[in-house]
Amino acid sequence: MTASPDSVRPSDEIVDVLIIGAGASGATVAWSLADTRMRILCLEQGDWTKPTDFPTNGRDWEARRYGDFDLSPNRRGRDTDYPINDDNSPMKIANFNGVGGGTIMFTAHYPRMHPSDFRVRSLDGVADDWPIDYWTLEPYFAENDRMTGVAGLAGDPAYPAHEPTMPPVPLGRTGTRYAQAMNRLGWHWWPSDIAIATTEYDGRAKCINLGHCTPGCAQGAKASVDITYWPHALRAGVELRTRCRVREITINEHGMASGVVYYDANGIERFQPAEVVILAANGIGTPRLLLNSASARFPQGLANSSGLVGRNLMLHPWPQVFGYVEDELDGDRAPQTVMWSKEFYETDRARGFVRGYTLQFSRGTGPANEAITSMAAGRLPWGKDHHRVFRSLLYHRMQIGIACEDLPEAHNRVTLDPVLKDGNGIPAPRVDYTMNENTRAMMEHGIARASEILTAAGATNISCSRTLLNPPGHLLGTARMGADPERAVVNAWGRCHDVKNLFIVDGSIWVTSGGVNPTSTIQALALYIADCIKQRLATLFD
Amino acid sequence: MTDDPGSDLTADEARALHRLAGFMVPASAEYGVPGADDDAIFADIMRSLGRDRNAVRAALAELRAIAGGDFVGLDEATAAAAATTLLGREDPVVTALGRAVLQCYYRDDRVFRALGREPRAPYPKGHALEPGDWSLLDAVRGRPRMWRNVDGETTR
Repeated sequence: MTASPDSVRPSDEIVDVLIIGAGASGATVAWSLADTRMRILCLEQGDWTKPTDFPTNGRDWEARRYGDFDLSPNRRGRDTDYPINDDNSPMKIANFNGVGGGTIMFTAHYPRMHPSDFRVRSLDGVADDWPIDYWTLEPYFAENDRMTGVAGLAGDPAYPAHEPTMPPVPLGRTGTRYAQAMNRLGWHWWPSDIAIATTEYDGRAKCINLGHCTPGCAQGAKASVDITYWPHALRAGVELRTRCRVREITINEHGMASGVVYYDANGIERFQPAEVVILAANGIGTPRLLLNSASARFPQGLANSSGLVGRNLMLHPWPQVFGYVEDELDGDRAPQTVMWSKEFYETDRARGFVRGYTLQFSRGTGPANEAITSMAAGRLPWGKDHHRVFRSLLYHRMQIGIACEDLPEAHNRVTLDPVLKDGNGIPAPRVDYTMNENTRAMMEHGIARASEILTAAGATNISCSRTLLNPPGHLLGTARMGADPERAVVNAWGRCHDVKNLFIVDGSIWVTSGGVNPTSTIQALALYIADCIKQRLATLFD
Repeated sequence: MTDDPGSDLTADEARALHRLAGFMVPASAEYGVPGADDDAIFADIMRSLGRDRNAVRAALAELRAIAGGDFVGLDEATAAAAATTLLGREDPVVTALGRAVLQCYYRDDRVFRALGREPRAPYPKGHALEPGDWSLLDAVRGRPRMWRNVDGETTR
């Protein structure tokens, strides 16, 4: 790898702040820093996605989730994607490369972390505490909710008080059925916080129940950051360049980041100098880039004196339990997620594991996906009985996801694949990941409870998919935060211990994973780090 | 790892797939639906193999091996037995074959209508959603706090 720019390579004008990645955290930090009036540039390897690009515009909307809107970059295979060798992991990697990043493809289920999630060592004797806590982030959660637009309902006893900005997504037939079952069991449930506009919000149209939230929202009701933070950031003067793929971060003679080498839309290698570099490339893209930025000064990879870059990868094992009822339910004619249960979130050692999980209650799916997934699961036969069985499945499905907390383990890691490269010849990431016994016990407990709920709801034909079909795309922990430079990559406000003008704001910096979808907390963290930067501008590199 | 869409099916492979599709999802007068070997649906399948093309070709090669040669030339009972053997395998290429057929079958206008659904894309019309019974939440409202504070206080 080249460690510094040379005279052959075209060089751009220096910027004050260079952000790598235009997804959830990159958009958020860009918007927050814009009020400093610094010159801010974001480089994004993917494209903008136009509303007319999303699958629900066409009759092939279900097929495209297995094609150009597949969750896996390996199957999607766009030229803006990079391959990931995840052969040595029972969980496959999901992501999206483009303006909006993973929020283009998220379900918009939007829980915050819980207060206990930041204190797992103190409370439960495992992993490590975070150097910050829920209350540090609380004002940033609230600000992020306002920027994003969150549907939900105040008063959930499972959370500290907070006020979602819009009414909750309707329960519908499916949610009502779940709620009846949960009340029969006496277990907690609450309408989820969901980043979907149930009223017009900040110039965005309200949800009209297109149904297939995951592969992008043609209506623009789902709060992907390309339509929430980015329009505000661009109006405030931030520059965003698409189809710019960063190869490495360069270092000057003082050991500070001097900029990045990237490939522009025409494949031309360029140098972009910067005073401050902020990584927002997710829990796999960020360690990949740091490892690809090895130099004589940083032979193990940039900012990696701790040896922890790429380690402690957490992916959130996410079993799904399915059941079918006689009555017709909402199917794919509503937002996919409706409510959550925190009944089993906090530690109860009598269960045989520590930490816990969220139960995420989903509606059904569309005709093609019902057929494809039921065929793969053995529920749907081929041949003359196909049509009869199919009619007992379509619009009769109930589906509960179990969002298991994934504890950090050093051997779960991202490294550079010795062979695989992306379209620009940049070494691709390799993922090695296994699940430990605590996680397995948690999964089985959750599967059993979800099965009880479905039975209480009157469902039969109950089955489970443990991991392979359910990659949530939560990529966490591979450059974790902490006060001790020997045990963390970044400090308590996102600055790399080894390189004082290099920051990380994405899910890499998570110390533990909680048992929730991470986007809300990732964005609150990005706002918090941006505020820390703004408060320290005069002494930022001390 | 990155999927390679692969090359087009040969004429023999296409004929085998056509016959196999009819076994997979047969026409049904009872349900008022065409089979997956219907001309329009099969043409859609052939156009849409995309990322599954190589896997479908591999599945057809397995079928040929099971059939001991040309699947198309088999009598009905022998062909049905061969198809059943292939489709019963837990094999990623068989899963891909199923996906290739089903993703096209279940977007055909006639099939959609037979399912009682309007044959259209979700956007821009969307769907109506019932509000549901919010009184059910009364059983949860007002419960004691469930979350643990950072001092480890047990609150339930």
